[in-house]
Amino acid sequence: MISLQINGKHHEVDVNPDVPLLWVIREHLQLTGTKFGCGIGMCGACTVHIDGKAERSCQIEAGKLNGKKITTIEGLPENHPVKEAWLKLQVPQCGYCQPGQIMQAAALLSGDPKPSEDKIRQFMNGNLCRCGTYPQIRKAIQLAGKEGGK
Amino acid sequence: MRTAMSRREFLKAAGLTLAVTMTPSGYRILSAAEAGMDEPGAFQPSVWLQVTPDNIVTVVVSKSEMGQGVYTSLPMIVADELEADWKQVRVQAAPAGDGYRDPVWGTQATGGSTSIRHMHEPLRKAGAAAREMLITAAANEWGVPAGECQADLGKVRHPKTKRAMTYGELCLKAAKVPVPENPELKKENQFRYIGSPMPRVDLKEKISGSARFGMDTFVPGMLYAAIARPPAYGAKAISSDQEAAKKVSGVRNIVQLESGIAVCADTLDAAWKGRDSLKVKWGDGQDPGMNTESLERLFLGRLDQEGIKARDDGDATAALNQSARKVDATYLLPFLAHVTMEPMNCTASIADGKCEIWVPTQNQSGVLKTAVKITGLKPEQIQVHTTYLGGGFGRRFELDVVEEAVHLAKAAGKPVKVIWTREEDTQHDFYRPGNCCRIQGGIDDKGNMTAWSHKVVCPSIFARVFPDEVKEGIDPAAVEGISNMEYEIPNLHVEYIRIDTPVPVGFWRSVGSSHNAFTVESFVDELAHAAGVDPLTFRLNHLKKHPRPRRVLEVAAEKAGWGKALTQGDGRGIAMHFSFGSYVAQVAEVSLDRKDGTIKVHRVVCAVDCGHVINPDIVKAQMTGGILMGLSAALKEGMSFSGGGVESSNFHNYDILRMDEAPEVEVHIVESGEDLGGIGEPGVPPIAPAVANALFAVSGIRLRRLPMTPAAVLGAMKKV
Repeated sequence: MISLQINGKHHEVDVNPDVPLLWVIREHLQLTGTKFGCGIGMCGACTVHIDGKAERSCQIEAGKLNGKKITTIEGLPENHPVKEAWLKLQVPQCGYCQPGQIMQAAALLSGDPKPSEDKIRQFMNGNLCRCGTYPQIRKAIQLAGKEGGK
Repeated sequence: MRTAMSRREFLKAAGLTLAVTMTPSGYRILSAAEAGMDEPGAFQPSVWLQVTPDNIVTVVVSKSEMGQGVYTSLPMIVADELEADWKQVRVQAAPAGDGYRDPVWGTQATGGSTSIRHMHEPLRKAGAAAREMLITAAANEWGVPAGECQADLGKVRHPKTKRAMTYGELCLKAAKVPVPENPELKKENQFRYIGSPMPRVDLKEKISGSARFGMDTFVPGMLYAAIARPPAYGAKAISSDQEAAKKVSGVRNIVQLESGIAVCADTLDAAWKGRDSLKVKWGDGQDPGMNTESLERLFLGRLDQEGIKARDDGDATAALNQSARKVDATYLLPFLAHVTMEPMNCTASIADGKCEIWVPTQNQSGVLKTAVKITGLKPEQIQVHTTYLGGGFGRRFELDVVEEAVHLAKAAGKPVKVIWTREEDTQHDFYRPGNCCRIQGGIDDKGNMTAWSHKVVCPSIFARVFPDEVKEGIDPAAVEGISNMEYEIPNLHVEYIRIDTPVPVGFWRSVGSSHNAFTVESFVDELAHAAGVDPLTFRLNHLKKHPRPRRVLEVAAEKAGWGKALTQGDGRGIAMHFSFGSYVAQVAEVSLDRKDGTIKVHRVVCAVDCGHVINPDIVKAQMTGGILMGLSAALKEGMSFSGGGVESSNFHNYDILRMDEAPEVEVHIVESGEDLGGIGEPGVPPIAPAVANALFAVSGIRLRRLPMTPAAVLGAMKKV
């Protein structure tokens, strides 16, 4: 039995502690907004926040997160500037990678509300999108930075 | 998105329900009563539209939403003719069934950039018929002539008496009005939604994280399956430790499948551990010596063979001999994986004489057929739920994962969810075919192309998928974009040599055009430089009788500032290609890091002529997406093979385009008013040659192999 604090709620899950957080979130708790893309931490589809930092949930054993605050896409408020900018600029296409992109972008802006174009490119470089929404993501992050700063 | 409803439930719902069916004399619109009649082989309704008393308009979309926007663009067409308020329109994914077959193909599937092209006319007719029926119902209610009533934003109005009723209020009465045979369609200047950038209906749930992809399916009591697969093509298991797998806590069944050995377990973790415990020993495959290099040699070796003529204008051989200048070039392109961000998956349940399947598929008819074959049930006992697709690109036309899930659900006697890992997804794909070409071109002393002789060596996709489409031995995809090129060349010879390898091939976004645009448009550029003519001017000189390709070239060039000073990068390249009914030209601005060989693409300017536009934002998004996928392939992608199987496995050795490599993209829509063209695929083909041509402009390096990796560039720099 492991215990997890996700989106402000406490969960006790009967699972081997070595199972990656991703699968506990998705298959045990059915918070399916967090996606599986590669299992090796190279695509960013599984990005969540752990104590406010963007982390790849496929690379973290669920049993090692006692006392940590985990936020998934479902826990990011609907009126979060990143989510609003994403909708306004109509970013997603197939949408599968977008929860990961949004979580990564939210983490970027929480540390730097006005990131440079270069910083956006570097910070977002680990989040893959096959549909080619990258240019729109860059614009949405800049917009969210502006709106969030108001 | 509303959850799927069965045809029976749909028909039972009170309201105005319409279907459209294809008949030999055209489309016929049917009422619910007519559509519900069992007429085997007769009228099979393929479009459904329903107006209900809650004032909701539901459009059932028979096409899969994989990011290309069909859940928005198709309902827009209905809403426009219906004069509905966009806010009252809902979308529902169609179940799999004869009633939802594509009216042109006669099968329910999504591909070939055809959704709008095939569905546009019946959808407009359905919307228009419903509008006329609602107007008639209101006119009857008020005792006024129908001609005095107007439909407007979800209401019928009678301006003279200032009366109005909502569609919700009218729908039950409208259902009793005879269906008009030939409803009047709106004129182009009357469109409310068509041509406008309506926001997409699927984005709220995709942003909140609540959108349901195939991977997000849960069925009570379901098991998870993991499959041990052979590492080489044709390899069979010699031994496996099934006892060890059974000892893993949670493992329920071990099932031999055609594709490998499956372990079904209570959790995904147990299924994976069970699969690993099998420790399968595999025999050699059908060709243990096959690797990347051997395949390349095989392809290049075939260029010496004689092929089948796909086009033969004039006498290319004689014209080449007489030409003032000749160019002879050989191109080689790799196999490519689809790499949908959502790996392959499918969930199936068989119980009580019913089979349910949840799958992100582009091929509902195929899913239905597969389930019928495996379960022995009748089509009406099978329900297919099409979820959102986490990317499709042609990969999800295939049925391999569906076969696995249905077989396993049958064997396990419980619902089974099959999830492929990224490694399985990369190594068990139906790849974009590798291919090679030898092209010989001749120019006269005025700088005109007089001869073009093109040999293409390419595996056949159609031989496996649609063998009837292979005419006289020619795979249509292998030569598309070559045999129908519009450049005015008096002597044009195109020859196809089919090559069969153990590597399975399938449809990959833009299919044959994904490789043929590269060879054709690179070679046009080579001839332009040989002739000493500007590459844009050279192309225009050979398109005098072809205004549409001319126009996209001119627009892309003008918007990119062709011939003017560069804003970013060190040089430009241009390319144009026609595919799936649309003309696309692109200009790429690139620079080259001469130290490490990296090509940087700063900006891409794209001009597209897709005839008419339904939603300009979606057109722009699809062009941008196609460009970035094509650029990913051009700069980074190529499958590696070793030991008779696939070597590439995950993003560490098959990486795709990342954020810092993505250029700014500018899309310009050229409205020609011609027939509707596709938009999902035509953005892909021109980018690879545009970048290769820009690289040549910057450095004098002509890369005739893809991908254009830093190592390839550095290798070529040594030779220059």
